Amino acid sequence: MATAYEAVIGLEVHVELKTNTKIFCSCTTEFGGDPNTHVCPGCLGFPGTLPVMNKKAVEYAVRAGLALNCAINPYSRFDRKNYFYPDLPTAYQISQYFHPICKEGYVEIELGGKKKKIRINRIHLEEDAGKLLHSGSSITSSQYSMADYNRASVPLIEIVSEPDMRSPEEARAYLEKLRAILEYTGVSDVKMEQGSLRCDANISLRPVGSTEFGTKTEIKNMNSFRSLQRALEYEIDRQQDVLEEGGTIIQETRGWDEEKGITSSMRSKEEATDYRYFPDPNLPPIVLDPAWIKTIKASLPELPDARKERLVKECGLSEYDAGIITSSRSLAEFFDRTVVLFNEPKTVANWMMGEYLRLLNAEGLEVSESKVTPEKLAALLKLQADGKISGKMAKVVFEELFNTGKEPETIVKEKGMVQISDTGALEEIVMKVLAANPQSVADYQAGKEKAIGFLVGQVMKETKGQANPGIVNQLLKKKLSE
Amino acid sequence: MGMTIEKVRSVADLARIELTAEEEQRITEALQAVLKQTEALKQVNTEQVEPTIYVRPLQNVFREDEVQEGLVMEEVLANAPETENGCFKVPRIL
Amino acid sequence: MSSLLGLTAHQLQGLLEKKELSCAELVKAHLAKIEESDGEIKAFTRVTREAALEQAQAMDAQRSRGEGLAPLAGIPMALSDNLCTKGIVTTCSSRMLENFRPPYNATVVEKLQEAAAVLLGKCNLDEFGLGDSTESSAFFPTRNPHDLQASAGGACGGAAAAVAAQEVVFALGSDAGGSVRQPAAFCGVIGLKPTYGLVSGYGLIAAGSSLDQVGCFTRDFTDGALVLESICGADVQDSNSVSSPHTDFTKHLVNDVKGLKIGLPKEYIEGVAPKVKTAYEQAVAKLEELGAVCEELSLPHTKYALPCYEIVLAAEASSNLARYDGVRYGLRVEAEDVESMYNKTRGQGFGEEAKKQILFGTYVLSAQQYQDYYLKALKVRTLIKQELEQALEKYDCLLTPTTPTVAFNLAGKGKNHHGRGGVQTHGLTCPASLAGLPAVSFPFGKAQGRPIGLQLIGRAFGEGMLLRVGYTLEQNTDLTQLSPAVKGER
Ligand SMILES: [Mg+2]
Ligand SMILES: [Zn+2]
Repeated sequence: MATAYEAVIGLEVHVELKTNTKIFCSCTTEFGGDPNTHVCPGCLGFPGTLPVMNKKAVEYAVRAGLALNCAINPYSRFDRKNYFYPDLPTAYQISQYFHPICKEGYVEIELGGKKKKIRINRIHLEEDAGKLLHSGSSITSSQYSMADYNRASVPLIEIVSEPDMRSPEEARAYLEKLRAILEYTGVSDVKMEQGSLRCDANISLRPVGSTEFGTKTEIKNMNSFRSLQRALEYEIDRQQDVLEEGGTIIQETRGWDEEKGITSSMRSKEEATDYRYFPDPNLPPIVLDPAWIKTIKASLPELPDARKERLVKECGLSEYDAGIITSSRSLAEFFDRTVVLFNEPKTVANWMMGEYLRLLNAEGLEVSESKVTPEKLAALLKLQADGKISGKMAKVVFEELFNTGKEPETIVKEKGMVQISDTGALEEIVMKVLAANPQSVADYQAGKEKAIGFLVGQVMKETKGQANPGIVNQLLKKKLSE
Repeated sequence: MGMTIEKVRSVADLARIELTAEEEQRITEALQAVLKQTEALKQVNTEQVEPTIYVRPLQNVFREDEVQEGLVMEEVLANAPETENGCFKVPRIL
Repeated sequence: MSSLLGLTAHQLQGLLEKKELSCAELVKAHLAKIEESDGEIKAFTRVTREAALEQAQAMDAQRSRGEGLAPLAGIPMALSDNLCTKGIVTTCSSRMLENFRPPYNATVVEKLQEAAAVLLGKCNLDEFGLGDSTESSAFFPTRNPHDLQASAGGACGGAAAAVAAQEVVFALGSDAGGSVRQPAAFCGVIGLKPTYGLVSGYGLIAAGSSLDQVGCFTRDFTDGALVLESICGADVQDSNSVSSPHTDFTKHLVNDVKGLKIGLPKEYIEGVAPKVKTAYEQAVAKLEELGAVCEELSLPHTKYALPCYEIVLAAEASSNLARYDGVRYGLRVEAEDVESMYNKTRGQGFGEEAKKQILFGTYVLSAQQYQDYYLKALKVRTLIKQELEQALEKYDCLLTPTTPTVAFNLAGKGKNHHGRGGVQTHGLTCPASLAGLPAVSFPFGKAQGRPIGLQLIGRAFGEGMLLRVGYTLEQNTDLTQLSPAVKGER
């Protein structure tokens, strides 16, 4: 009988902090820019230069740690990780190996209605490396490469989880939750496409029921949530095949190839570098004042889980809707601001879950990039509630609002869409429809109440959808009972 | 214990330093002598002794998060062995 | 003009103020001296003649307009070639940086510019400051102005020799374990290594980051105080730099040691050459005669200082020197792929002493050896530091020889100090470095025509006390005033 295996997954997540300046020098951290235009002797690793710690980066690391339920270490310090690579100007990365700034946190994920805590082992501060551009299509087929150090020394936090995830779905849910929480704290842009959120995974298999760990591989180069999930699915299949054929897993680093949909070996454990970690004497240690930590804690915004609970309890949203709306801070804030202006949370949620997210996703836009504001959405919803436009019209108006950002009232006027609620005008059309459909009138009067639906539809057709369906309904009932 | 030519080769590899055969030989001998000198440290009882990493008791030396102008392009590349399009050019990465 | 040579900064200041001398005359006299003697001494890797003359003339113009002069205005000086000078090649005496022009100044260079001292050139040192004889310089060894057969010491032998040979009035160097004090002792000048952090290390090309400290070579203690006042102070670019409340160093130049308690650690005398010991005893006798209380004490961990220092220095240097990879600046040896480029560049760019240090440092930091060597050394460092600090609670300062012997002979072509049977001459200077304490070497007589150096070690930021004791000795004996041998006298 074939053995059943379970996956054991841990993630190492690198997050670029949104400070103005780099971690150890005063160069800008702005994304992009011509190569080597955001550099100084320090981040170029010129002889004689020295690192000086950015206070904001410390604050952001603490902020992230608190949001991820970590304990903040009162004492932390920097170490050098020594290795040669052309993107690393000093040939050592300044990181926190022995004494990281945060430890022992967790993130709660929810899959299929089940909640699970994924523990965080540690969070440490470190500097980013520069970027290499390759002359050919890939690094190995290139004749030469070019180093740009604009990104060198941008502050990072590395968040190391415990191996608590048991499936690619859990890993993805963890990363998504991590992203949401970090976005709420404002410490990072957390954009996987731009590289401000990067993720490596450690994965091994073991027979179900076993408590020992199997040999793990480390997977790199996953550039989206989807590729994380795909890469892990592939790697589980691969490892399972090896084990079922009686083979052994080699401890190694493997790269995910998005196009081919496979992982392949980058280097084995034997080739792993001895990083010769040692404390960096150039940077005095960080000894955090509990009062400062308290201030940072007090400044944390309401985080996704708390916010979700509030939307369920206070606004009556479903768990699912509340989950989606609180998955990003900008979406959640959009919701809250709209509800202040139009106090029907469920209606607001329906619109956001429906039209708004559909269009955002279709256009690949962020909430902040969209022309729809809470004020404009609330104005639209008011028009509908006041019976000035029909639900159908509202959808048309919303699409126009999304594309142009015009005020809903203006759109309604421009399109001549005002709903006919004038009883006098509608009465005439109702009479006309009744006269043209004697069969339906007869059916209704014979007790087939459904027939009224057809008649309402005919009135709407006559008015090109501009009639107020509520009033039409009332009028028809009145006429039919006369 | 002690230094061997194999160990010298392996640290030279880690440190990315190509050595000639004569250098390997001489450096092995020199490091054997240095290691012998350091043997003396083993006599010192350092249980309960904290390492000195920082010679002065400083902590929390921070800088405000304010941007300052970096170098201009000519200064960045002036000392570079080889450049292309504002970048430092390096040979093929295996 | 040769009467100008050998004068101190404070003497020259007087002449400049009274307009008995122009900056141009002063600078020209020293440039002429360099021309005359540096072919033999080889203190300089580069002489910045044109810039120096220009600056001197500009300063004379300023003076004739009646503008006030900065504290070291017009004084000819030199910098060890491991201090970065904007636009001026800074080699660290290595092939690796043979053509490196930093786009920035070291903070001390900026400060000396503010003080209006005139840079005459950059001085030779052991490659990347790793060595004790300047023989590991990629270019040439520096000769001792007192005896051309003798080493000028190292690492900063060039800067010491330039001051001793009267080519400049003062010079700056760096001291990680004795690289200012030992060459000062060998060359018969004063070499002051301040408390770790008193002087900014920004722009000093690092060897051992937890040890490196910029220091100065001067001809007397008054100049030492003047130069130190000009270069000290906290710097936002160096996290380890601090502002000390005691930086009015000239105030401490008092001819009085009455009642001061001076410790004489006996371990520092063990194995010291007889003539050095005699000089030391004379100094003790003199201090006692002047009213100081000298007392023997024991610092049993002293003998572990050298191995401890060698491990810490090599470890830090191996990491600090990793950035020389042929990518952004410095030497590159072309190769097919980046790994071979690294290996060839670093194999050919570094000399053997630097390679040896890097490999030793790489070894002691490797995962398998870290505990036994590096971490062990850091713990022993704690004991050495505590022992010195405790002694200095009881004593105002300690007096020791700077080196066990006077300057050794240059080993000759193709040899370095391993030819001396592995003797390292920083054994008595490195304990203060490991503890981050200030120390100063000063001349006290000669043996076989070669200067003898004695060392004072003080409390953290206790430079004032060292200057006071040194100044008092200077005022009361002429053993501290050594002139170099006359040219031609070998
Ligand atoms: Mg990392
Ligand atoms: Zn920078």
